[in-house]
Amino acid sequence: MLRPVIACALLALGQPALAAEYRAAVLRIDKPGRAPSSRLDLPPDDLGFAGAQLAVSDNNTTGQFTGQTFVVEEYAVAPDAALETLEEIIAGGTRYVVTLGDADMTVSLADAAGDRALLVNARAKDDALRNQDCRANLLHTAPSHAMLADGLAQFLIAKRWSDWFLIAGSHPEDQAMAEAYRNAARKFGALIVEERTYEDTGGARRTDSGHVQVQAQMPVFTQRAANHHVVVAADEADIFAVWLPYHTWDPRPVAGAAGLRPATWHPAHEAWGATQFQTRFERLANRPARDMDYQVWLALRALGEAATRTNSEDFAELEDFIRGDGLELAGFKGQALSFRDWDGQLRQPVLLTTGPVVTSVSPQGEFLHQVSQLDTLGTDRPESQCMKGAQQ
Amino acid sequence: MTRVFALFATTALCATPALADRIFVSNERSNDITVVDGTTWEVIHSFPGGQRPRGITASPDGRFLYVCASDDDLVRVFDTQTYEELPSLPSGPDPELFVLHPSGNPLYIANEDDNLVTVVDVETRQVLAEIPVGVEPEGMGITPDGSIVINTSETTNMAHFIDTETYEILANVLVDQRPRYAQFTSDGSVLFVTSEIGGTVSVIDPEAREIVHKITFEVPGVLPEALQPVGLKVTEDGSTVYVALGPANRVAVVNGETYEVEDYLLVGQRVWQLAFTPDESHLITTNGNSNDISIIDVASNRVIKSVQVGEQPWGVVVVPSE
Repeated sequence: MLRPVIACALLALGQPALAAEYRAAVLRIDKPGRAPSSRLDLPPDDLGFAGAQLAVSDNNTTGQFTGQTFVVEEYAVAPDAALETLEEIIAGGTRYVVTLGDADMTVSLADAAGDRALLVNARAKDDALRNQDCRANLLHTAPSHAMLADGLAQFLIAKRWSDWFLIAGSHPEDQAMAEAYRNAARKFGALIVEERTYEDTGGARRTDSGHVQVQAQMPVFTQRAANHHVVVAADEADIFAVWLPYHTWDPRPVAGAAGLRPATWHPAHEAWGATQFQTRFERLANRPARDMDYQVWLALRALGEAATRTNSEDFAELEDFIRGDGLELAGFKGQALSFRDWDGQLRQPVLLTTGPVVTSVSPQGEFLHQVSQLDTLGTDRPESQCMKGAQQ
Repeated sequence: MTRVFALFATTALCATPALADRIFVSNERSNDITVVDGTTWEVIHSFPGGQRPRGITASPDGRFLYVCASDDDLVRVFDTQTYEELPSLPSGPDPELFVLHPSGNPLYIANEDDNLVTVVDVETRQVLAEIPVGVEPEGMGITPDGSIVINTSETTNMAHFIDTETYEILANVLVDQRPRYAQFTSDGSVLFVTSEIGGTVSVIDPEAREIVHKITFEVPGVLPEALQPVGLKVTEDGSTVYVALGPANRVAVVNGETYEVEDYLLVGQRVWQLAFTPDESHLITTNGNSNDISIIDVASNRVIKSVQVGEQPWGVVVVPSE
């Protein structure tokens, strides 16, 4: 009794003969690297791709009512094959490419694509990509360092934990993140009472019994710091920050790369219907969703929204919609998300997570903005060094 | 001694005929149903409602209470007089909201996790059909003659018009982001669909299956992002539409002819669903974050009382006195 009804209904829904096809690609550039400090952070093989699968499945569910089908190609390549793969993708007629690479790679890909494709960066957080290194054909669903730092800063200031002890790693990306925290402190009125750099001297990872080495260094490393309310750690390279909580000399909370962490997604996030995303994702991937999965999902949902709302197959029209005010992407964050016209960054709330829960969500209600409260996070229009901003 | 007394009290309660309307509130977090007296506004009872009870409705004769126990993947059924649990109905996975056919049977259930609407016969407890719809189905509405059921899908952003005879989807109307609730006027001439993230209520002509108007909201001092329409009810005569605005903690009073917002009533936090008392003298709101319900006097459009209920009240239905 049941089956025929379903079949019937499905037949009635789409117009398969007229189906418009929307193609996208996800290009992940895998660099061999060291293992993360915690085995819980080991990257799954389908990192990012699982988010793509869910987005395409969601888009296609909607597409059955609009006569639209969505297809995604997935590529996981080494850095030296990245440009060649991008050419292959473009040659195949795909013009919407989600990239999962570092900042330098992202810029190279954008330059290579030129006006032949629209790229969406779902991995690199560097502020430079949203400022001096921005590209006209590049959008970002990955949060910028500045958005994450601002999201955390707002919470700490709302708590009146204004005196920070900033510890940064020695890698360039750690220093970039530290700069974002300095800017956030200036922007929201925190005081960095002391700054230290933790030199990565090699080794000291999981394989090298990090818990005896780095852990043992933390108490002394944090000794005799000026009076502070909170330790803020910038450790994008994942060298030391996980060992800070409970090992600091002074009994102080840790935030940033450990403790209270700013992120776009967390597997415990349940508000605003997020539970539904979590259960759909987990059923599909057999694992909890990571930031990068969510960011790829957002990128492909933006394309889905453009297709549904414009009902167009013209790529220029789709791109206009994605970049425009008409995009109101629902991302389980309680408000509509859209791309900033000055630097291509997706404006989005930042989750502040601690271990098993989402502790708070920024922007905090106390911080207002004349246009969108979401623009209190990250580089706002007047500060943008992206040429697109300067032209307007 | 205490035990004997408690038993006596329960028996007395069961035996007493309902002289007043009773308000049933599903509490999503404390997994129970709170019963409030519709005259004294006092909590008179509370009983387990299954895991994560959300959607709640009553049979037209007021005898049975149906509750979407979302995490049990069941619709739980209760006797509204004795509060006894009766055999459950199958619902499909993660039922969130449902609508009962005006005749009292069948029940149309939105399955959030499975992109389905499940149709269940409440007497035989059989699943009659599973209808594939958009991503994250939630809102459910039905025409007064029961011929068309509406489902809204939160990520697909459509109102699906489903033929209740053939279970075929007749039309899809694209609305604003995250449609949460669908409600017809009593004469079936207008369909309202609320969009939580879009911040609008789409006024749809059910004949043409087109949006004819969009109601927008604006409250000085409240961030526009916080104005999130969720629950909606229309007076029997269609003159006034009440819209729950979620985290804005307000219920909008909308003119049913001009669709102009006439007033905003401050209620509890994260106001979610609404229900009229049978005589339409009062409107009840569930306030998820303040764990209470607000009582609105409809004639004066004033909030007259709030009543503490369970944790995270979600849905509400009023069962008339006999």
